[in-house]
Amino acid sequence: MASTGLGEGLITAREAGLVACGRCGRLHPIAENYCSRCSAPLESRDFESPQKVWAWLIAGLVAYLPANIYPMLRTSQLGTSTESTIVGGVMDLIHHGSVGIAAIVFFASIVIPVGKFFAIAYLAISVQRKSLLNQHQRHKLYEVVEFVGRWSMIDVFVVAILSALVQFDTLASINPGIAAFSFAISVVFTMLSAQSFDARLIWDVDRTNHAK
Amino acid sequence: MACPQCDTLHYAARLPEGSRAYCKRCGVVIATERATAFAQVLSLAITAFILMVAAISFPFLELDVAGHHNSISVLQAVTVFNDGIALLLAIAVAGFIVFLPLLRLASIIYALGPLVRGKPARRSAKEAFALAEFLQPWSMAEIFIVGVAVALIKVAGLAHVSTGPAFWAFCALVLITVLKDQLICRYSVWQALD
Repeated sequence: MASTGLGEGLITAREAGLVACGRCGRLHPIAENYCSRCSAPLESRDFESPQKVWAWLIAGLVAYLPANIYPMLRTSQLGTSTESTIVGGVMDLIHHGSVGIAAIVFFASIVIPVGKFFAIAYLAISVQRKSLLNQHQRHKLYEVVEFVGRWSMIDVFVVAILSALVQFDTLASINPGIAAFSFAISVVFTMLSAQSFDARLIWDVDRTNHAK
Repeated sequence: MACPQCDTLHYAARLPEGSRAYCKRCGVVIATERATAFAQVLSLAITAFILMVAAISFPFLELDVAGHHNSISVLQAVTVFNDGIALLLAIAVAGFIVFLPLLRLASIIYALGPLVRGKPARRSAKEAFALAEFLQPWSMAEIFIVGVAVALIKVAGLAHVSTGPAFWAFCALVLITVLKDQLICRYSVWQALD
């Protein structure tokens, strides 16, 4: 596997006996415990990071199941009430002919969360074992996961606005369902999962493999 | 200096004006050099703060259906959930789209304000900037705007919807926030706060 780091004579702060503050970036000798500039605790590597990642990820998955099973929206129109789930909402949009919007919601509520579960799990496994992707590809994957995760909140906001706008007593009203809440929780948990991943571990693993 | 993503050591050299430094190994931007960056970030943060105040006080969306008229502000949009478990959702949504972005902008203004005027940093400026950094992923104003667009199309068949002044304030706010986050260089800010 190509390791760009070794060939170009680059070394990490850890190999140089230094630790960079995770908050402000200042370098300290590796034995220091607190940053002298911003007083954040110093940690060269978070070896418990995969454990935290798994914990948040599983919590996120647990919240994601009810988010798909229970209704996201309860619409009552002239006395009749209908409930729609995430998938149901996408279907409705397609029936109304808004395929583009349906694609956005489908992407934000289904593709991104499911993709994220797999991507984070893959990254967490890859720092513990050998990986098929090289470290550049995995780093890219990590950046994409970090950037894209928040966008899953779109559907929660859609529910919030719809229920605020459509409140006409008996004529028509839209109310949030329980799934809106579990979906929001699931997004928060997976965001925390991605944040607790220590990206430096991606680069370390390949290095030790190389040295062996 | 060490790359915040992969821990590779680099020499901190003075960069030419307007350039960016990338990590040699993982390729993330580790520093940017712009003499006017602090002033620009500060002015954009102040603008965004004022726009946010406007965005929560004016009507956001107006809806007409069969003679009924409904006009909501951003805060109404989030406080509609007021029973049981939905209240938790309301608090979370209000936090993500209004309070956390406001807190973040306020911390940036507090931390960078004195630096731009050439004065020494305020005593808790470091804590304020650290808070702003921590809040970045949790400020979801731009995601809210996309959510609004989706909601507008969903109700378009049901009723006539028009956008209020707050809607446009919110859109401008999103653009300014994105621009501000592009300009900010964490490395230089921490150097200056020291």
